[in-house]
Amino acid sequence: MIAVIGLVVGVVAGLLLQPTVPLELQPYLPIAVVAALDALFGGLRAMLDGIFDDRVFLTSFLSNVVVAALIVFLGDQLGVGTQLSTAVVVVLGIRIFSNAASIRRHLFKA
Amino acid sequence: MTTPSDAHDELAGPADGPEPQQPVAEPDAHPAGGDHEDAAGSATAPELHEEEATAPEPPATPQPSPSGWAALARALRFRASRGQLLAGVLCAVLGFALVVQVRQNNETSLSGLSQADLVRILDETTTRGDALATEVNDLRSERDQLLSGSDKRQAALDALRRSAETQGILTGRLPAEGPGVVVTLTEPNGQIKPVTMLNMLEELRNAGAEAIDLNGNRVTASSAFAGVPGAVTLDGVTLEKPYVWTAIGDPDTISTALQIPGGAMAAVRSNGGEGVLQRRDLVEVTSIRTLPDPQYATPVPAAAG
Repeated sequence: MIAVIGLVVGVVAGLLLQPTVPLELQPYLPIAVVAALDALFGGLRAMLDGIFDDRVFLTSFLSNVVVAALIVFLGDQLGVGTQLSTAVVVVLGIRIFSNAASIRRHLFKA
Repeated sequence: MTTPSDAHDELAGPADGPEPQQPVAEPDAHPAGGDHEDAAGSATAPELHEEEATAPEPPATPQPSPSGWAALARALRFRASRGQLLAGVLCAVLGFALVVQVRQNNETSLSGLSQADLVRILDETTTRGDALATEVNDLRSERDQLLSGSDKRQAALDALRRSAETQGILTGRLPAEGPGVVVTLTEPNGQIKPVTMLNMLEELRNAGAEAIDLNGNRVTASSAFAGVPGAVTLDGVTLEKPYVWTAIGDPDTISTALQIPGGAMAAVRSNGGEGVLQRRDLVEVTSIRTLPDPQYATPVPAAAG
């Protein structure tokens, strides 16, 4: 419940504050958001599996974000930033889909 | 934004659903909760969780877990545990970043374009700018042409109008006014000859008179004096006495010219007449004379001149 409230609070804060993203962070924010979404779905699935652990959730959340940003940064330095961003998004998208499928099986038994 | 919201709706709807089933789910919930506590406490559980989170296919659940809805409802229950708080904070960060990124993406549409698209847009913009600049130059030169053309036409019209006024005054087609003199001739002791009147006219012209009137008749280049002494005619019309000359010109020059010894006024006196000369700052020559169109003379074409 607190997670849902936190999500709502974050969205409202973003809408009210209307911050501008610093120029250096602009390439990394979208990838970081996708990575965080992956971690969120992973945590939801783990909760339904009954093996949710806050420490693991925190670690996976932060490491996902950092690693995704790092990959994009590395790709930018190597000149393949766009392609690596696509690769990261594809991988994270597959994981999100599989996690969503697992959650669906838990909830609908199908 | 939509995905979490949908998920929230999806979670919230069924969360109310299982409420009647709570008594059934409750007995199972306790063992599950205990299981969770144990899993959290053990060191191996996180590894397991990591494995499962990455695995696309979930392995068979260790225990036939209670209904997924029940687990969800349990998770949604308000508990101020460390995990819940942590998840809440992380979800807040996620929501914040999500909204910021969406707004950013909507604001800066150009930054999301590929290099090829940017080059194409730049090229199109440059081409369009060049075309507009060329159009501006064309229109500007056209405007300059029109302005100078109308200037020329206006100048020509002004010159023509001035010329027409000058000609009109000199030929007697237009009434005129200005500084000048009024000369009144009377005949107390004799009769003024026509040649004396002609002499007077020529003296006036020599002195620079520009418009001359005699007894209400405009005197021009084609005017002629005739008649006999005492009955002078101007262009066939017998003049009434006294003779009143009205001339527009420099009053000082005219009066000096008329009064020189042996001049026009002296001639009048020698005829037994008497002349009174008045200088005026403003005299009016209102009489006009209409000239017939020239019958034989035509203007020399401008090209030949």
